[in-house]
Amino acid sequence: MLEKAFLIPLYPLFAFVVIVFFTRWKERLSSYISIAMVTVGLVHSLVVLIQMIARHGMPLELSRTFIDLPEIHLELGIWIDPLTAVMLMVVTIVSGCVQVYSLGYMHNDPRWSRYYSYLSLFTFSMLGLVVANNFFMIFIFWELVGLTSYLLIGFWFEKKSASDAGKKAFITTRIGDLGFIVGLLILMAYAGTFNYQEIFAKVTGGEVDAGIVALAGIFVFCGAVGKSAQFPLHVWLPDAMEGPTPVSALIHAATMVAAGVYLVARAMTLFAGSEVSSMVVAIIGLTTSLLAATMALTQNDIKRVLAYSTVSQLGYMVMALGLYGVDFARAMAHHGANFAEHFHSPGFYAGTFHLMTHAFFKALLFLGAGSVIHAVHTNDIRDMGGLARKMGITSITFFIASLSISGIFPLSGFWSKDEIVATSAGHPLFFVLTLLIAFMTAFYMFRLCFMTFTGQPRDQERFDHAHESPHSMTVPLMVLAFLSIFAGWTGLPWLKHNFATFVYHHEPYHAHANYLLMLVSTVVALSGIGLAYLMYYRGAISPAAIGERVRLLYRLSFNKFYFDEIYEVIVVKATLGLAAVLWWFDARIIDGLVNLAGWFTVKWADAKQLFDTYVVDGAVNGIGYVCLAGAWILRLVQSGSVQLYTLVVIAAAIGIVIYRVTPGGFLYYLAGLLLVALARLLTKMLASDRVKAEPKIEG
Amino acid sequence: MDALGTMFSDLISDLTAQPVFYLLSFVIILSGLMVVTLKNIFHAAIFLILTLFSVAGIYILLHAEFLAAVQVLIYVGAVSILMIFAIMLTSELGSQRIRQSNEQVLVGIFVCAGFLIAVFGSLQNSVWRVSPDALPGNNILTLGKLLMTDFVLPFEVVSIVLLAALIGAVVLARQEGS
Amino acid sequence: MYQYLALAAILFAIGVFGVLTRRNAIGILMSLELMFNAANINLVAFNKFITPDGLTGQIFAIFVVVVAAAEAVVGLAIVLLLYRNWKGIDVDHINIMKW
Repeated sequence: MLEKAFLIPLYPLFAFVVIVFFTRWKERLSSYISIAMVTVGLVHSLVVLIQMIARHGMPLELSRTFIDLPEIHLELGIWIDPLTAVMLMVVTIVSGCVQVYSLGYMHNDPRWSRYYSYLSLFTFSMLGLVVANNFFMIFIFWELVGLTSYLLIGFWFEKKSASDAGKKAFITTRIGDLGFIVGLLILMAYAGTFNYQEIFAKVTGGEVDAGIVALAGIFVFCGAVGKSAQFPLHVWLPDAMEGPTPVSALIHAATMVAAGVYLVARAMTLFAGSEVSSMVVAIIGLTTSLLAATMALTQNDIKRVLAYSTVSQLGYMVMALGLYGVDFARAMAHHGANFAEHFHSPGFYAGTFHLMTHAFFKALLFLGAGSVIHAVHTNDIRDMGGLARKMGITSITFFIASLSISGIFPLSGFWSKDEIVATSAGHPLFFVLTLLIAFMTAFYMFRLCFMTFTGQPRDQERFDHAHESPHSMTVPLMVLAFLSIFAGWTGLPWLKHNFATFVYHHEPYHAHANYLLMLVSTVVALSGIGLAYLMYYRGAISPAAIGERVRLLYRLSFNKFYFDEIYEVIVVKATLGLAAVLWWFDARIIDGLVNLAGWFTVKWADAKQLFDTYVVDGAVNGIGYVCLAGAWILRLVQSGSVQLYTLVVIAAAIGIVIYRVTPGGFLYYLAGLLLVALARLLTKMLASDRVKAEPKIEG
Repeated sequence: MDALGTMFSDLISDLTAQPVFYLLSFVIILSGLMVVTLKNIFHAAIFLILTLFSVAGIYILLHAEFLAAVQVLIYVGAVSILMIFAIMLTSELGSQRIRQSNEQVLVGIFVCAGFLIAVFGSLQNSVWRVSPDALPGNNILTLGKLLMTDFVLPFEVVSIVLLAALIGAVVLARQEGS
Repeated sequence: MYQYLALAAILFAIGVFGVLTRRNAIGILMSLELMFNAANINLVAFNKFITPDGLTGQIFAIFVVVVAAAEAVVGLAIVLLLYRNWKGIDVDHINIMKW
């Protein structure tokens, strides 16, 4: 079954094809087909995971080459290693939960089949991304994931804000993808191949210059920045909340945004070799996390808070991976060959572990939020309150997820977040900020909980209409809640074989429990929850008062640090301005030239017409005129006088005779004839003045 | 008659050929000029008769007696009379002022002069093989024989021509409706 | 012999002149007769001086006379017709063949 792992992405693809071509009009059937295929994928992924565990994590690679030229070698293949297996499970579980949830959530939507076809297509893309064995293939699926997320975000495209959000997501990630392509090209140019293993072998073997590796790493990271909504390309994720909530859960909590983190993890060898590129990664991750956490503090839209939370958590993961790379590179640099003894960074383990746990509890949070929205028909938490009484399952699962994300023992989030804190421990600035972020995370999550589910309902009418969601929606919530609690137990540091020994980069990491750190992170989390409790549950501290005190910060936070406005001016307006200039150029100059050519042709045609009329026709008419004139003159010969005719005949006959007799004399004869004829003409002209005395002989 | 004619012509030819010739030539030329230039057409006709007579005399000089007789009989006797008849019938004798020469006079003189120059020139340059033999003695007899033997066909044809001319003239000249 | 030929030539020239110049139709016919006579003189002269064996020249001349007579007859008939139609026989005025 392991060898057939390439089938896993194909199950949802099959569902997509069937839905699009055959079952478009049978909507329930479409949804069942989609869910069925995801389930099959889930089962297969489970088998793959079990087999992988049985093999002790020995990777498998299968590939088929489809272009094999000296210059370029492209293949499609699968690479199954522990990381892949874990990712497969995550994707299929979350996708399955979301699809089941959508049965209830998207219940009356007119484009039901299309929605499920998009979901299947997305699942196919994500699974393909995860199993790819070379950069070219991962890029193909990378783009597919981007496409499907565009389709899904803008699913309700009648709303302008939704279609705009889809465009924004696609364009922003595209910018990141540009960097990704450059990175791929660098790799191709210097390593000569796209295949992961070949590239990594060359990198570790030192065949590629370290500077090039660093550069390639940074560019490849650009793709991750875009896809995982890191600073500065984070602006699309909050707007992407325009899509249906299950979509947000699937794409923006668990899977698509995780692709960036997955990419960094997969290409860790590139980063591990260079302290510079790793530090870049870590700093960007930290910045993102801090920025997003501050923005989440003040938002009033339940999905927005969760979106920023996602960005922040992703920043955590990226930072952890980056710090791992930094530690690795430093260790390599300082200790050379036997650096392994001095190298104990849990970063890789922390980042990937948190990826898994975050997927589960964030998906749960989003689906829970969707359940709330479905009940009260509003996203604004200021209109909610006291919903715990009406929506039991939703509120309980939501609380569980919030606890998990805040890092409370013994939920999943505690173990993964603890490892991240541990990773940052070696870097003082990072450590402090990480703790600050953890504090903020706990705070804003529980602010959300308390404002939504506890206290008095602020909008009574909405409260009255609220009801618990149907089973299709609550069952996935419960499944995910279960995973949010227990999935993290695979990372228990007391286990001999845990997540860290399974999913590792260079060597298995043996986690050990650092009780001090555990204590510190728990204290931080609890204080965050406590503050939120005071402010929102008990109302002891007024949020408004605090907001007044730090008015500037509040405004910055609430307006997302004006990122969107800055980008609007720099990017959007500049592009539109350039487009306007180019349009002017095209319309005036290019079209002007074309019109000039046309005008010129017309004038030339006129000139030719003139020529034709006067010169050509003139010549033709002239010939006719000459003929007429000639004939007019020649007709005078016909005088009607027989004697003239006789004269001519006799003169000619005598002329011939003279010619035969005296050839010289003939000329004299001719001359004489001419003279006489002239004389006759003259006398005739002179005589015509005189009045003729001859009477007309008419009778 | 025939023998007498021959004798007579022999006599004249022996004694007075040249002067007679010159006299006759003179008359011919002069009267010819008159024919072509006189305004009065009737006078022109009279001079035509004179010319024809003189030409008959030339024939006699040339020992063509029968031809001379025929000339007088037909030309003078018939054709000239016919001309005079026609003149009478179509006369405009009253209008003596009408010019009888048209404007082609100058050209005509030139052309004729040219003709004469050409002929005289060729006469000068050509060599005639003059034969010293004499004509057959009996002119009429010989002519008659020839007409009936060698030239019988033209003779017959000519008679038809005359017939045709006769009929033609009658047809042409008859009055309308008569 | 030359003198006879010269005489004939002169007579012929006079006749040509008359044909070209006369306005009266009958005048033209008379000039024409002159030309015929000139030709006859030529024929007879040649007969006497060049070929006296036969009388071919004279025969020819006889025929010429006869034909000339016939032709004069027809010509005069035409002239009569002309006179009837145009009330005059001035050939200058008979020019309906003019352009």
